[in-house]
Amino acid sequence: MLKDLDPAATTDAAPAPAGIASAEAATEVQEYLARQNSKDLLRFITCGSVDDGKSTLIGRLLYDCKCLFEDQLASLETDSTRFGTTGAGQLDLALLVDGLAAEREQGITIDVAYRFFTTDRRKFIVADTPGHEQYTRNMVTGASTADAAVLLVDARKGVLTQTRRHSTIVSLLGVRHVVLAVNKMDAVGWDRETFERIAADYRVFAQRIGIAEVTCIPVSALTGDNVTKPSQSMGWYGGPTLLGHLESVDAAAQETLGSFRMAVQWVNRPNQDFRGFAGTVVGGAVRVGDAVAILPGGRTTRVARIVTLDGDLELAVPGRAVTLVLADEVDASRGDMIVAADGRPEVADQFAAHVVWMDEQPLLPGRSYLLRAGTATVGAQVTELKHAVNVNTQEHVAAKHLDLNDVGFCNLALDRPIPFDAYADSRDTGSFILIDRLTNATAGCGMIRFPLRRASNIHRHASKLDKAARAGGLQKPAVLWFTGLSGSGKSSVADRLEQELHRLGRRTMILDGDNVRHGLNRDLGFTDEDRVENIRRVAEVAKLMVEAGLIVLVSFISPFREERRMARSLVEDGEFLEIFMDTPLAVCEARDPKGLYKKARAGQLPHFTGIDSAYEPPEAPEITLHGAERTADEMVAQMVEELRRRGVI
Amino acid sequence: MLDTVLDTRPDPTAALLAPDALPDARLGHLQRLEAESIHIMREVAAQFHNPVMLYSVGKDSAVLLHLAMKAFHPSKPPFPLLHVDTTWKFREMIAFRDRMAADLGVELIVHINQDGVRQGIGPFSHGSAVHTDVMKTQALKQALDRHGFDAAFGGARRDEEKSRAKERIFSFRTASHRWEPKNQRPELWNLYNGRIHKGESIRVFPLSNWTELDIWQYIHQEAIPVVPLYFAKPRPVVERDGALIMVDDDRLPLKPGETPEIAWVRFRTLGCYPLTGAVRSTAATLPEIIREMLLATSSERQGRVIDQDAAASMEAKKQEGYF
Repeated sequence: MLKDLDPAATTDAAPAPAGIASAEAATEVQEYLARQNSKDLLRFITCGSVDDGKSTLIGRLLYDCKCLFEDQLASLETDSTRFGTTGAGQLDLALLVDGLAAEREQGITIDVAYRFFTTDRRKFIVADTPGHEQYTRNMVTGASTADAAVLLVDARKGVLTQTRRHSTIVSLLGVRHVVLAVNKMDAVGWDRETFERIAADYRVFAQRIGIAEVTCIPVSALTGDNVTKPSQSMGWYGGPTLLGHLESVDAAAQETLGSFRMAVQWVNRPNQDFRGFAGTVVGGAVRVGDAVAILPGGRTTRVARIVTLDGDLELAVPGRAVTLVLADEVDASRGDMIVAADGRPEVADQFAAHVVWMDEQPLLPGRSYLLRAGTATVGAQVTELKHAVNVNTQEHVAAKHLDLNDVGFCNLALDRPIPFDAYADSRDTGSFILIDRLTNATAGCGMIRFPLRRASNIHRHASKLDKAARAGGLQKPAVLWFTGLSGSGKSSVADRLEQELHRLGRRTMILDGDNVRHGLNRDLGFTDEDRVENIRRVAEVAKLMVEAGLIVLVSFISPFREERRMARSLVEDGEFLEIFMDTPLAVCEARDPKGLYKKARAGQLPHFTGIDSAYEPPEAPEITLHGAERTADEMVAQMVEELRRRGVI
Repeated sequence: MLDTVLDTRPDPTAALLAPDALPDARLGHLQRLEAESIHIMREVAAQFHNPVMLYSVGKDSAVLLHLAMKAFHPSKPPFPLLHVDTTWKFREMIAFRDRMAADLGVELIVHINQDGVRQGIGPFSHGSAVHTDVMKTQALKQALDRHGFDAAFGGARRDEEKSRAKERIFSFRTASHRWEPKNQRPELWNLYNGRIHKGESIRVFPLSNWTELDIWQYIHQEAIPVVPLYFAKPRPVVERDGALIMVDDDRLPLKPGETPEIAWVRFRTLGCYPLTGAVRSTAATLPEIIREMLLATSSERQGRVIDQDAAASMEAKKQEGYF
């Protein structure tokens, strides 16, 4: 930074009265700021395996670009003595970026660190991302906003599994510029052949996973060779330094889309005379007078005003945050997208996408998640997991679920249609995250490939009769969902209750876990994935029976809260009664009516609920039955009374 | 002095740097940062029931407030400002705070930890660590709990400090306001997940990607009013442990033989006056401040006595609920 200004102007220690230096400072600073503001910004990530020297490399860039202050250098010296791994008297530059106490103690990077530096030509934000496999999701966080990726490999080790994994993620997330920095060249005697062998190896791999262009650079972060200054020790290398290359790659977001889009974030209504839609322009510019459509609805209108605090604009370019006023009184709200009328995105409720899973709980097809795309939040499930991707070889492998850090290619179905583009055309409108409904964790992220049209050819048939008519005034149709451990008494209570309801002249049907598994669900086993699908099918059948006007008694262990929530969501409010058979495991196991606990304890029945598969008890069941303390008749009486109270019978 | 600093007439130099003077095709560096911050603020307004903006009266808060005015124009920002007053702030900060809130017509909540006041907690009697914990961290938690805020904006930047460099833009806090640095939510693209359970909250940092230079450049470009303490003028100071402490009121106990000296000084950061060191400077205008900063050899946090208490002290304080 020093070089941009004349230090002589201010190093004069004598305090001058304010104002004298002010005029020249104003001119000087004004010129400086104009230069600064015309610089563009490159965001890049560094990634690689443990101990490849990523943090050291970033430390080196900051150090060589003179972006460190004296007090930071002083504390670096202290820290180097205390935690350093580079030996006595040497600065351990990695300590500049490893900011968390645990990272400094363990000498590893756990989470992304963002660092800032500026050269004469460009401003940089660098995200230092972790190498450890268990922190891959943090690397994905860094990659999602990066224009370029610097992949480090240790010259002594060559391309490792982690490098391949990171390359796959970089490719999936559409990072355009990839640099392979072959580090620690000092440790291999600056050997040209070593470098060329690793570079050739990597180019073959990169091409296979769809990375079009790779720049390979031999460096030493420790000594600084080819990081910011050309190496004296590697005269055989004729290419750019790492910094030189990063200064020259094209940083402009390559908008292949060309058409305006704006997800509505917030509706601005200060008074009755103003109604504006706030959001960020992406994809293409928008002008006053442009014809726009509001999706997914499809109403069209024109842009009347582009409002900002600094005055109305005639035109807003991509990246700008604006408030649009539309010519007609049209209904638009958060989650809608305002788009160029003549260049519209896809609108669908099903699409195919790559998903990176980032949660400890596996992704299970059929389970319902929340999907955030732009500003829209909708319910979504993976309807088909087509394959997982082996990140080392890019091979497609069959998978029934995705574990933490797995990558898969899936079909997803949403509660309602949303507008989107392919991720390859737009990061802004082709990306989404998946949120766990119970924990609210960001469990996965996805890149949309293409829409699926199947839904549009199947139209719902509206029936003239409704369920109340079908129930014939006898009853209010409902699902009585019995959940509890095997042997808790679900089936016997449900059975007796059905007999009692029948005696009272009500129309009923019973769905029993064991019976359904002999027919409709005979293709399913007892893994978590199959249990989810088992419940999904039964819930759909129960819904049809409610439509038929029946009281449906469902007797299933249904161990997961999320699936019971899903079953509840299929029918209307008040139609779903969750009945918790709260019988302690010890009692169930002592009863063991089918001898299943004995088998499970002997290891002959894997995935048995309560033994080696979890049961998640309901948090707020409508009815709790204490199976160990009440007789079946007492529980039936309790149920009948409850059904009367709720107006079911 | 106050008047020239608070003067919001357009700076003649601003025209050259103003966003719309640039060609249409691409956003400049500051416009990009501005747009990103506005996007984040609107997400918070849309995703939360009861957000609040922490207003510390410093330069970062000034930029934050300016951006909020832009994000929601022609509406006012749909959230109040919250100032946690330790009762040891510079007097000029308090005056400036009240004036800004009145001028902009935004709601200002001032919270003081009355338990701490009753116990007579202060930086001299109890040391900076206890004072900061009770009057700042605990006070902040009290205020957030009392009003049931589910999201709180802060002006922290990733370039300030190492543990800040690791923090998400939407940073999750448990019901007891704790930060779990090793288990942060992944944050992809600009899709911010603000979903929380009752009692939990999110701290939001719209200035994450700004640097100190960006802040001053933007203040200059947009002619944003800042507290006069940032500008040099003769002030009464005493030198202690290498830091220049301003004698802002008569609560500063003078040691034997200590006489306040009148010196040309200014502040690079603002906080509690006994804990904030001044720098010797004659920079009395924004361009002079920017020039001085470009030539500086120490980082802005150096003036903060509280950061130097222990290694990784910021991370520890943040885990406890400090901003």
